[in-house]
Amino acid sequence: MIEPKIYHELGLTDKEYQRILGILGRDPSPTELAMFSVEWSEHCGYPRSRKYLKLFPQKGKYETLIGEDAGGFIYDDTAIIFKMESHNHPSQIEPKQGAATGVGGIIRDIFTAGARPIACLDSLRFGDISKPFNKYIFDGVIDGIQFYGNCVGVPTVGGEIYFNDAYEGNCLVNVMCIGVCKKDKIARAKAVGIGNSIIYAGSKTGRDGIGGCSVLASAEFKEGEEEKRPTVQVGDPFTEKCLIEATLEAMDTKVVLGIKDMGAAGLTCSSSEMAAAGEVGVKIDLAKVPLREEGMESYEIMMSESQERMLLCVEVGKEDKVINVFKKWGLEAVKIGEVISEKLIKVFRGDALVADIPIAELANAPLYDMAWDESGKQKMESRKVRVPKDFNKTLLLMLSSPNIASKRAVYEQYDHMVQINTSVYPGGDAAVLRMKGKKWGMAVTSDCNGLYCKLDPYLGAQIAVAEAARNLVVTGADPAAVTDCLNFGNPEKPDRFYSFKRCVEGVSHACLEFELPVISGNVSFYNENWKGPILPTPTIGMVGILKDVENRCTVPFKDDGDMIILLGKNNDELGGSEYLSFIHKIEEGVPPMLDLDLEKRVQAACATAIEVGIAKSAHDLSEGGLAIALAECSILGEKGAAVSLNDDIEASSLLFSETQSRILLTVDPNNIFAVSDVCMLFKIPFEILGKVHGKKFTIRHKDKKIIDIPFAKMAKEYFGAIK
Amino acid sequence: MKFGVIVFPGSNCDHDCYDVIKKVVKQPVSYLWHTTTKLDTFDCIILPGGFSYGDYLRCGAIARFAKVMDALKKFAEDKNKLVIGICNGFQILCEAGLLPGALQRNKNMHFICKHVNLKVENNHTSFSKKYKKGQVLRIPIAHGEGNYTCDKKTLAELKKNKQIVFTYYKNNPNGSMANIAGICNKQRNVLGMMPHPERASEAILGSEDGLLLFKSIESALNIRH
Repeated sequence: MIEPKIYHELGLTDKEYQRILGILGRDPSPTELAMFSVEWSEHCGYPRSRKYLKLFPQKGKYETLIGEDAGGFIYDDTAIIFKMESHNHPSQIEPKQGAATGVGGIIRDIFTAGARPIACLDSLRFGDISKPFNKYIFDGVIDGIQFYGNCVGVPTVGGEIYFNDAYEGNCLVNVMCIGVCKKDKIARAKAVGIGNSIIYAGSKTGRDGIGGCSVLASAEFKEGEEEKRPTVQVGDPFTEKCLIEATLEAMDTKVVLGIKDMGAAGLTCSSSEMAAAGEVGVKIDLAKVPLREEGMESYEIMMSESQERMLLCVEVGKEDKVINVFKKWGLEAVKIGEVISEKLIKVFRGDALVADIPIAELANAPLYDMAWDESGKQKMESRKVRVPKDFNKTLLLMLSSPNIASKRAVYEQYDHMVQINTSVYPGGDAAVLRMKGKKWGMAVTSDCNGLYCKLDPYLGAQIAVAEAARNLVVTGADPAAVTDCLNFGNPEKPDRFYSFKRCVEGVSHACLEFELPVISGNVSFYNENWKGPILPTPTIGMVGILKDVENRCTVPFKDDGDMIILLGKNNDELGGSEYLSFIHKIEEGVPPMLDLDLEKRVQAACATAIEVGIAKSAHDLSEGGLAIALAECSILGEKGAAVSLNDDIEASSLLFSETQSRILLTVDPNNIFAVSDVCMLFKIPFEILGKVHGKKFTIRHKDKKIIDIPFAKMAKEYFGAIK
Repeated sequence: MKFGVIVFPGSNCDHDCYDVIKKVVKQPVSYLWHTTTKLDTFDCIILPGGFSYGDYLRCGAIARFAKVMDALKKFAEDKNKLVIGICNGFQILCEAGLLPGALQRNKNMHFICKHVNLKVENNHTSFSKKYKKGQVLRIPIAHGEGNYTCDKKTLAELKKNKQIVFTYYKNNPNGSMANIAGICNKQRNVLGMMPHPERASEAILGSEDGLLLFKSIESALNIRH
């Protein structure tokens, strides 16, 4: 009889324990109990979120690949595989290694599928950076990403960073990786063919990361969390680099029938899920697993989340072909078991049988209907605020807001060019990658405004999708598919679950409208601090296709005399804005409304203007609104502008409202009629705002000059805020 | 004429160099595994950037013991053969004693990846003959340890022999001595440089200023053949 205290510590409930007894018809062994606890954790089995994840559309403009760790779509003869994953709690406890292993884990998910990883993006959230502990977490996370990403040779080309008090004590580290391979080379995470060998490859197994998913990722933070530091894994990017090359080379031998990386829940998850996918059983012997330390218990070996390890199913008799490739790269590879016909996972330690579980039952985590409650919904009205006297001052202040200021000091620490594909560098709306030997390329971005999602989860989530799409469209790309990382508080608290449910519905609805399939994703619950939950943060990662990568468009103003055009229409809606939050310390009101039909038409008009070659620059309007978008084009282009606005909107709201469905273009004066034709074709409102000119940045509102600053002065604030 | 790109475990710019030689410069090129000892069929060997052996010790300190390095030293004795080390390759050449000096951590203690301006100090080498003296190039760097240093005597010799090939122009990103970005040996057939010319050899990547370096090598080797 196992004491309830023991399985509670592993994160299992009384009911789940009863279910285990029913499955086995006896008491579980310690190893079996550990295996159930990790497989049924939210991190692996999604028992609390699965029901809603089914809402996500699976079909889009291109053939999709869905169902394994990472998903993707097919374009031309190429499979584009990508996924985003969180490493929030490990990064809060040990920022450098937590973030580093987050990068390593997601990269493995990609090359496991047979695809060469070609780019990473990091979507990060921290508490107020002016507080020393938050700055320590921030610096550690950046250091971890550069330490791992630079060494492993996958460029970090983009991402976003936001700061808000709600992330204090529970930072978010969401990492996205994109890989490509010829479409007929995709590898499957399956064990197949009775008698075939199960091979373990990569680093040795140690005690690091035990309980990473069941204990660390599946509970809220409490006092004394530093004690959980041993549950954070330690990353070795050099081994990972060798593992990438060895794995892709091993796949070329054509005797690898299935492969899965050992990520969350390590050997337990990889072996049982490969068997479940292949509808077979597996028998493994822990005595053959390479171990880093002596005296490890069987359950520790099965739960360890030591990094840089892979599990392969290889044609029997051909093992040496694969083992030799790993040896060449200085990596261990040993046969630890085989595929069996009984649909069981049988774990031996030498002669002793330490676990014997029906695969289907282990892989089939319970499914819970979670209670939700919308009473925590935010009050919608927003207060009147004092209108600034000096807009120059306000604009400079806004440019220095950590949420708006340039993240150059961060992305210059990441190698964003290795593999020589990066054609639009970080610092704009999305990064663009060329594909060697192809005319086409791709654009990649990630996005989410957590404050909008707090104020209105459904609308906020829709905006996250719309804005990610807009980020891609302004580079000249056509959005193709989505991955997501859903970061929320404790799902057992109904108000938190309500925001999760509504955000998922919002993402689903918006994706349907944009014909975007959600091809992979990740859920991270229990993100709370002592004050309450984090902002609901359904981070959207999106990949788009540029039919002709030479046509790529960028943010900076290009030439004096170019006309500045606004696609879309200004509106008076300051709710949820960075202006209210940063200048007036108010986080309330209604987020900007979103008309998906208008959004699609604005995007289509922008896409057309870029495709026909009349757009010289394009920039999406987002945090900070019109004034910040114009200032960014000016700062990055090192050119001034003369802008004149005539809307009947109070000046601060006109400058800083974050109204959706707006894009800034610049065109040569000779193309003014062409661009107005495009706008009329798509029936969208548009306006000529002014022109690129000189070194001064000026904005007039009706007959009053409200902004007049040299662009160089703005640049100083913009680049100087984050160091 | 044949190019070889050495692959150490942890090299990560090997594919980039290979691709530029093959598809842009359009010359024959092979990968050379770090255990290889036969280099005689090659005319130019490239030591690519990356993190050989993880750079877990000092950068390049482990790679210099790779089997290929003894063969490379012999290869470099022939002044008609060319060796170029880029980034980690430069660090390895210094560790191996093929070039003088050492590369310390960047002055700001951070990894830096960005485009910088380089000035061509000496265009009388096989690596720089297609540039004009004093020409300013836009080529990216991506390193944590690119802060070149050496003793006074060595620096005086470098200057006297015109071994300084490239310097950082106006802004020195890493604190290197005398703004050094790239140096060659006395015999002028071994070049080490921190910036990545292979990342600036195609217009789609934002600069083609690095291509002339490979074209210089091509032209130098053509004349000899």
